[in-house]
Amino acid sequence: MYAFDYRRPATLNEADLALKAAPGAKLLAGGQTLIPTLKQRLANPGVVIDLSAIPDLKAITRKGDTLHIGAMATHAEVAGSKDVAAAIPGLATLASHIGDPQVRHKGTIGGSLANNDPAADYPAAALALGATMHTNKRTLSAQDFFQGLFATALDDNEILTEISFPIPKRFAYAKFPNPASLYAMVGVAVAETAGGPRVAVTGAGTDGVFRVPALETALTGGFKADALKSVTIPTTGINGDIHGSPEYRAHLIGVMARRAVAAA
Amino acid sequence: MTAVTMLVNGKSVTADVEPRTLLVQFIRDHQQLTGTHVGCDTSQCGACVVHVDGKAIKSCTTLALSCDGAQVTTIEGVGTETDLHPMQAAFREHHGLQCGFCTPGMIMTSIDIVRRKGTNLDEATIRAELEGNICRCTGYHNIVKAVAAGAQAMGATTKQAAE
Amino acid sequence: MSTSGIGQSVRRVEDIRFITGNGNYTDDISRPGQTYAFFVRSPHAHATIKSINTKTAAAAPGVVGILTGKELAADKIGGLICGWMIHSKDGSPMKAGAHPALAVDKVRYVGDHVAVVIAETLNQARDAAELVEVEYDVHAATVDTATAAKPGQPQVHAEAPNNTVYNWHIGEKDATDAAFAKAAHVTKIDLINNRLVPNAMEPRAAIGDYDRGTGTYTLFTTSQNPHVARLVLSAFIGIAPENKLRVIAPDVGGGFGSKIFIYAEETVCIWASKKVRRPVKWVCDRTEAFLCDAHGRDHVTHAEAAIDASGKITGVRVKTTANLGAYLSTFASSVPTYLYAPLLSGQYNIPNIYCEVDGVYTNTAPVDAYRGAGRPEATFVIERLVEVAARELGRDPAEFRMHNFITTFPHQTPVIMAYDTGDYGASMKMALDMADYKGFAARKAASAKAGKLRGVGFSAYIEACGIAPSKAVGSLGAGVGLWESAEVRVNPVGTVEVLTGSHSHGQGHETTFAQLVSHRLGIPIEQVTIVHGDTDKVQMGMGTYGSRSGAVGMSAIQKALEKVIKKATTVAAAVMEVPEDTIDFNDGIFEARGTNKKMAFGEVALQAYVAHKFDSEKIEPGLKEGAFYDPKNFTFPSGVHIAEVEIDPETGITKVEKWTAVDDFGTLINPMIVEGQVHGGIAQGIGQAMLEGTVYDKSGQLVTASFMDYCMPRAHDLPSFNVGMTTTPCTTNPLGIKGCGEAGAIAAPAALINAITNALGHENIAMPATPQAVWQAAKSSPHKIAAE
Repeated sequence: MYAFDYRRPATLNEADLALKAAPGAKLLAGGQTLIPTLKQRLANPGVVIDLSAIPDLKAITRKGDTLHIGAMATHAEVAGSKDVAAAIPGLATLASHIGDPQVRHKGTIGGSLANNDPAADYPAAALALGATMHTNKRTLSAQDFFQGLFATALDDNEILTEISFPIPKRFAYAKFPNPASLYAMVGVAVAETAGGPRVAVTGAGTDGVFRVPALETALTGGFKADALKSVTIPTTGINGDIHGSPEYRAHLIGVMARRAVAAA
Repeated sequence: MTAVTMLVNGKSVTADVEPRTLLVQFIRDHQQLTGTHVGCDTSQCGACVVHVDGKAIKSCTTLALSCDGAQVTTIEGVGTETDLHPMQAAFREHHGLQCGFCTPGMIMTSIDIVRRKGTNLDEATIRAELEGNICRCTGYHNIVKAVAAGAQAMGATTKQAAE
Repeated sequence: MSTSGIGQSVRRVEDIRFITGNGNYTDDISRPGQTYAFFVRSPHAHATIKSINTKTAAAAPGVVGILTGKELAADKIGGLICGWMIHSKDGSPMKAGAHPALAVDKVRYVGDHVAVVIAETLNQARDAAELVEVEYDVHAATVDTATAAKPGQPQVHAEAPNNTVYNWHIGEKDATDAAFAKAAHVTKIDLINNRLVPNAMEPRAAIGDYDRGTGTYTLFTTSQNPHVARLVLSAFIGIAPENKLRVIAPDVGGGFGSKIFIYAEETVCIWASKKVRRPVKWVCDRTEAFLCDAHGRDHVTHAEAAIDASGKITGVRVKTTANLGAYLSTFASSVPTYLYAPLLSGQYNIPNIYCEVDGVYTNTAPVDAYRGAGRPEATFVIERLVEVAARELGRDPAEFRMHNFITTFPHQTPVIMAYDTGDYGASMKMALDMADYKGFAARKAASAKAGKLRGVGFSAYIEACGIAPSKAVGSLGAGVGLWESAEVRVNPVGTVEVLTGSHSHGQGHETTFAQLVSHRLGIPIEQVTIVHGDTDKVQMGMGTYGSRSGAVGMSAIQKALEKVIKKATTVAAAVMEVPEDTIDFNDGIFEARGTNKKMAFGEVALQAYVAHKFDSEKIEPGLKEGAFYDPKNFTFPSGVHIAEVEIDPETGITKVEKWTAVDDFGTLINPMIVEGQVHGGIAQGIGQAMLEGTVYDKSGQLVTASFMDYCMPRAHDLPSFNVGMTTTPCTTNPLGIKGCGEAGAIAAPAALINAITNALGHENIAMPATPQAVWQAAKSSPHKIAAE
């Protein structure tokens, strides 16, 4: 790691001030991506602002038809939350399969979404569920929030504070993990929402998480796995690497989508 | 340099560290507790697993300063050569280690599995829960047996203590 | 019989320190005043170094020194060596380029060592290393094994035209060709034995510490053979004479071959410790390990089998190209030659074998021994070949193997090896039972109903272990003898220290060697301490690799123990005033036949040191004996592994459903430890076959340089293993031990690929058979399943 200065604000306001005072600073949530990145000297932020001491960013609550999850809630907390299990059980299941148990004790939903790793699980869920991102400045729809590989609509001085999920009729996520890293090689989130079926894919897009209209249309007639059998996913926009070609990933999108629908 | 204080294996320790100091460096270099190991740079291998505030985490992917005020337990705080923790004893009894390098992390993870999943662990659960720990020697066969037996033994110990 | 003797699953002595965090690995050691080294490494696979500017870096905070190849050369520090001379078929010696510990003019692989920055802290060393300015003239790289020797490829070393180190061969070409001319059936196969990264969980590390007062160097290092390291660092690299160089290999966290070799980093640390007048510590990070630890395997092979009308294999013809990497590592040249082709007979009676091996340089990390070293490659060739032959001939693969098994011993193969003993049919029959081979068809049908493809695969492997008779390996080009040493020191109170030249890095020698002593001397295991890994304590030794510590290392201990018993008998006879030849020694008691006189081993030890009761003109006081044991032959462990897999054709995921291993390791000292070795070996073999792929891109960048991209086997990738044993004791060493350390890694890849191809109905699939590869193959599988 390059040397950096460290701040550990106790309130959101302090964090905001620290961020303003240090252009280029990095926010440290759970650190499960940021710290490995720093260790490899792929980033040299100068200042690291640790959000872990801010108490009110961790709450998980249900308000009517919406599930609110604080940005600093860990994957283990989401996975173990009774509110999540009751409202969107598939989201708890998703959280319970992120990384490994130790990562789940540290990694946070806000960190994951703000990082927008193209192979992370949460972006698919947020997009499929039509989540709303709350920052210390504004709210953003998931659709507007994700802006390509490791890119989001967050400004340099903006802190993601909470994610709210409209509770769907059904939701599930099926992941084909990269055998080495355990990140999603293909992860498909499916939701039957008030506005119709939504399908979002992570791990496979050259430009990050994306929705699949063809699969959504196929599910409009009935939220059944069989409805997806005839849909072929084209390889346009699908990424390839040593672990999986675009053809393989495109195929897996179909398989995982069917499995997710069956599980939802 | 920034001062950091934490409770390591029940003992309050304070040190001045560079902010870029990882928890594992604090434990190994500043506290001379060398039972916690480093086996990779990418948070995959789990040789560095310790408990922070009761939960297993990877100390190579945690800043020491983030643990200011925390309770940290390392392998040295789990049991001693004359008073082994049931999980430590199970690893020996079932030959769940060979070179020993991944072992402290495996044991710390296994104790955490029991905390979360209870003392009756089936093979599939154990294998799934060990996904954050890599061993190159044992093929996991005997680690799986050790974790199952260690979990049972922890249950028995708790039961005894309760009686 | 003692509960801690031979054949007992004694719980390990060394475990106590490992499970409590009290192990003492190299990185756990700190020397007073130590500095930290960080290496500047080449980012290019092939480049000329135009200049190195260290000025800015040298002025960075905490920097103690920066050293380059120039300083190394000025100090007349020699290059790293390859200790096995291979001659090409035309009789010419292998063509090897120099291997300086720090590059002088050229870098030849990504990670090659350019300079070392030594600083007060590791962070400072690393910070300063970024300030070292190296100007490179980048060249095209040679990366691909199969085409490295083709004319026009970038040349790695000027000394080796067409990147060819040697064109070696073994066997009778004409006789083998004749067998093929007469064959009723010929099976042909093209195979790639994929390159692997060893990845012992403990990364390599070294601390060099020069004592100016005595002029003595101490090197703490992660070595499988500290004495060989001292020999090479002293006699060839020229750090210091052996009496001024101490090498300590403390607890070592796994080796698998990768810690046999003498590397640039430890050479630089020990040399630099005198230059900077401070101890110098270096600890490898995982990415460096991926880049610079010697890799394993990397063969491209075409193989053919000639089969007569009765189904007997009459000839095997093999052509292999072996990638040796950018430099010849310590034993690199021997692995794809003498450790490979002599095993191509497998368990089969094959009268004619001919094998050609081209060793080639490429701009990749050096390739050397990795668990099994040559023998897994040979087993993969013969066991794939036999499997495909059986399929082509429509014969049951188990029956076809048994039809060709060697059944009488000793058996001389056409490629050097003389197998002393074995019962291959017994292992096969036991394995078939344990695997419920008869029930396979029903299980396959059940899988098909569920939309899955099930397959079964065999691997009847043989290996040559306990390397090896010094004279024999000398005649084959080895630069060293491969005996082992032992010294048994009996203390006056009857406790025993055994000094061994073997080195334990996971094998449990502190337990198994103590079991042998306990067994032979009749004393409790707690009274025995095994000392290893320190050249100041153990005089000389050849170390641990090639499953040799049991067969060779323990034989040396046994030999020394017999000398101790003989001497103790002499002392006991004198003390009891009886003739020596009336004394029997059993279970720790010296007893004079026909009298009521007896003495316990401890009493005799005390008398040997007190020396009051015998004439020290005739009997020397003390009880300490040493021995060097040189093996008479290789040992030949063998066995049968059966893999059963189920494939999800929709995703290509292969689940290993069942693994049956029946091995014949000769005498077992500690069955628990032996089984543990089998488990670990199988896991590495499964890793090779379906998970672990090392990928360099065309420019020579290692794409799989971390655990994020190189798939290490995890617990959820593997099943529990069903392990059985048969026993035919080795006839050429005193304990009957054959060795068990590599068997799993040797047997497993062929068994798994045979199972996967059996499930898919294809003849071949490349390793690693990843989900993508299996999915691709499943699409064209002739095996249609119900659900499709």
